[in-house]
Amino acid sequence: MAAASDKNLLSKIAGGDQHGEDSPYFDGWKAYEDDPFHPTRNPHGVIQMGLAENQLCSDLIKEWIKVNPHASICTSEGVHDFSHVAVFQDYHGLPEFRQAIARFMGKARGGRVRFEPERVVMSGGATGANETLMFCLADPGDAFLVPTPYYAAFDRDLRWRTGVRIIPVECYSSNDFRITRQALESSYLKARESGTKVKGLILSNPSNPLGTTLDGSTLETLVGFVNDKQIHLVCDEIYAATVFSAAPKFTSVAEIVQDMDHHGHIINRDLIHIVCSLSKDMGLPGFRVGIIYSFNDAVVSAARKMSSFGLVSSQTQSFLAALLSDERFVDDFMVQSSKRLANRHGVFTKGLEEMGISCLTSNAGLFVWMDLRPMLKDQSFESEMALWNVIVNKVRINVSPGSSFHCSEPGWFRVCFANMDEETLHVGLRRIREFVLGNRNIKKTAADNKTRGGWQRNLRLSPSSRIYEEHALSPRLLSPHSPLLRA
Amino acid sequence: MKQLSTKVTSNAHGQDSSYFLGWQEYEKNPYDETKNPQGIIQMGLAENQLCFDLIEEWLAKNPDAASFKRSDGQSVFRELALFQDYHGLPEFKKALAEFMEEIRGNRVTFDPSKIVLAAGSTSANETLMFCIAQPGDAILLPTPYYPGFDRDLKWRTGVEIVPILCSSANGFQITESALQQAYQQAHKLDLRVKGVLVTNPSNPLGTTLTRRELNLLLDFITSKNIHLISDEIYSGTVFGSEFVSVMDVLKDKKLENTEVSKRVHVVYSLSKDLGLPGFRVGAIYSNDEMVVSAATKMSSFGLVSSQTQYLLSAMLSDKKFTRTYIDENQKRLRIRQKRLASGLEAAGITCLRSNAGLFGWVDMRHLLDTNTFEAEFELWKKIVYEVKLNISPGSSCHCTEPGWFRVCFANMSEETLALAMKRLKEYVESTDSGRLMSRSSHERLKSLRKKTVSNWVFRVSWTDREPDER
Repeated sequence: MAAASDKNLLSKIAGGDQHGEDSPYFDGWKAYEDDPFHPTRNPHGVIQMGLAENQLCSDLIKEWIKVNPHASICTSEGVHDFSHVAVFQDYHGLPEFRQAIARFMGKARGGRVRFEPERVVMSGGATGANETLMFCLADPGDAFLVPTPYYAAFDRDLRWRTGVRIIPVECYSSNDFRITRQALESSYLKARESGTKVKGLILSNPSNPLGTTLDGSTLETLVGFVNDKQIHLVCDEIYAATVFSAAPKFTSVAEIVQDMDHHGHIINRDLIHIVCSLSKDMGLPGFRVGIIYSFNDAVVSAARKMSSFGLVSSQTQSFLAALLSDERFVDDFMVQSSKRLANRHGVFTKGLEEMGISCLTSNAGLFVWMDLRPMLKDQSFESEMALWNVIVNKVRINVSPGSSFHCSEPGWFRVCFANMDEETLHVGLRRIREFVLGNRNIKKTAADNKTRGGWQRNLRLSPSSRIYEEHALSPRLLSPHSPLLRA
Repeated sequence: MKQLSTKVTSNAHGQDSSYFLGWQEYEKNPYDETKNPQGIIQMGLAENQLCFDLIEEWLAKNPDAASFKRSDGQSVFRELALFQDYHGLPEFKKALAEFMEEIRGNRVTFDPSKIVLAAGSTSANETLMFCIAQPGDAILLPTPYYPGFDRDLKWRTGVEIVPILCSSANGFQITESALQQAYQQAHKLDLRVKGVLVTNPSNPLGTTLTRRELNLLLDFITSKNIHLISDEIYSGTVFGSEFVSVMDVLKDKKLENTEVSKRVHVVYSLSKDLGLPGFRVGAIYSNDEMVVSAATKMSSFGLVSSQTQYLLSAMLSDKKFTRTYIDENQKRLRIRQKRLASGLEAAGITCLRSNAGLFGWVDMRHLLDTNTFEAEFELWKKIVYEVKLNISPGSSCHCTEPGWFRVCFANMSEETLALAMKRLKEYVESTDSGRLMSRSSHERLKSLRKKTVSNWVFRVSWTDREPDER
């Protein structure tokens, strides 16, 4: 095969690797795919904790489906709607679907904001939504600021086919990775000096991978910043309904816009755009429900035309319109989901604390941002990768290393807790405990460990551990089963 | 600083074209048998509404597929809810491959691993563009072509379309000289040609490409070392002769597994054959591993809902159902097309002889005041506002000759179609009486018949020269 001429026959986009899937981080996935954990059939397999899925409440939806056969256009109760729904490809979406989504979005924000159905635009998951927004807001060569650490697939979703560039805004653990005005200004200035046009700022709130929500003052800082520079602000609020703690509460950028309207602040609403999805909140990533909600009419109009490239299946729209219109179900679901997530989070973080591992304090998300800096041989990304290899191959848990999220400091890992049953979670905790106890010299209790830095002194790698060296693997195999394949 | 992208501020989405304006008029005053009998009848929408009863019957007989249950009674809800693998549901791709084979008389095989799912053929076509071309490149398309291509192929990709000009003189068939001319035109415009895209069966013509044209295309892409995309979205609507796919010709010419076959890609969808445009099911079929690989990753931006994949894999795996459906669909379409053609004939209007599609390519050149697109637009407006039929003017399909219109026949009831034909006949007769002042009606009919015969004669004689075509 004449590979060179083949590459010429394809576009640069197709022939290149800007999709980001050849990155060396997918060993963990391969390890899991090759040897997946199962409580009875494969109890020594690799436990998947690298997948930010919400599997905690599917039983509630299943129950609802059983007692609501009319919601499906395929059952005898619902088939009268079949032909109408099957031909419906209007990119405005089924009216009942848009309304149900708008109401759901409001509920996910505690009823503090009202969303207009006319501004709801469909997309192929949040993946499609983010790409579409880039197509609308930026030209090839333009850039968007993205605070670190950020969702790994942004590299593909924001840049691959759009030609848009990402400029990281570094955040540090010293202030819990909060975004500062200084960091924003500095990245913005650097971009300008190199002749790059910055078109906006995009971030996820609640944050992936941090699991934290933006506090009110940071949110106001961000809005102030974009308003000053007259650049766009895209808030990916895909994790909005995964907030499991009453405090700190989640503030959507939509609230800021609404409040500013009321208080007469001058804010250019044309700069504010929100991305939503049902993939995390409701655990339905397979249904491909992405939403763009923009306060900018031109963007709504353009994004709606572009939604032709990724409309939500009308069968799915119809089903979800029925599900989400059941207000009692939605209210109950949100309460239950919050409770179960809080419980999971609590069990996991407490378990980790008991062995001296701390996580960033978080109030949302399907994961924790675990601090394993003390376990690094040295504060380098090579050491992070070495530790990660140990965790995947020795401890046999797939987790995501901070460097895959472009974290500026080595030693942080994103560990998911909502994509398995509770027994599996405990098996995971047990394995971590064994690994930690086998390698650490713990002198103090968990209570003492809460003192900042206290536990760091305790958690030294014991020199007797050879596991590091054994597993400091060199070139990794490229895995075809990248997490990025999970759209 | 300009705040939005040029994609937004320009109108390259093409939605200001008349094709879409007719829709808007229809939305304002839609025909309804009882509630709005004077409203505009929608004949601009290439939908297939003829066989829903068959699907609904299948659903009634297969309640498990309908309610997220496997045949063993186990719920698959959870699995489906979480399934977002861009390789697609294996059962679905297998069933889809077999369905595509069945439509082509099982003469060719499709390997499920070479299928990439997309959110409708809209997304499939755009994705293929992203894979084979970049800004500054061009793709050649025979005219007339589906108006949506202006958006799907060009808008976000930055690729240009250069038309391969086809004319009614030979029934709008693709000729060698037209291909070469288009290629040279692209060069004149400083564009690098990356491929040819054809829709087969054709939208808006309703005809399938002849073997001669397919051979011509394959020779052309071979000599120029470019791609060929065959959008076969209407393959299941062939009601006349047998459908000859580009895959058939590759096989017959023994070009399978060659370099050339790697540059031939097929696009498919269930929107027309099964009448399920709402479900957003499209597919790319390619022999090129790199295209399959890149397109698969890109499908992340428009995957098919797992719920829909599951339902359709059950439906398409039911071979008894698919056999019945394909046959019945073709039969009903054939009848409908005949009704359109005879209804038009009663109004003194002919259409291009067709063997596929959900529409007729109608010749109204004789109704134009002058042989211009302005006159076509005037006629179109009269038909929308006075005759109250939304049809698509040829200019919106980039036809080079004014006076042709695409008229859909499969998206309404028989009664509505009959009413539409009646309205058209009345309109023509009313204008005819106006024209009597300049020509005798006898002369009119004579010249009409001449045009009619020459269209028919040409295609008939073509068939004579190609005895292997049926």
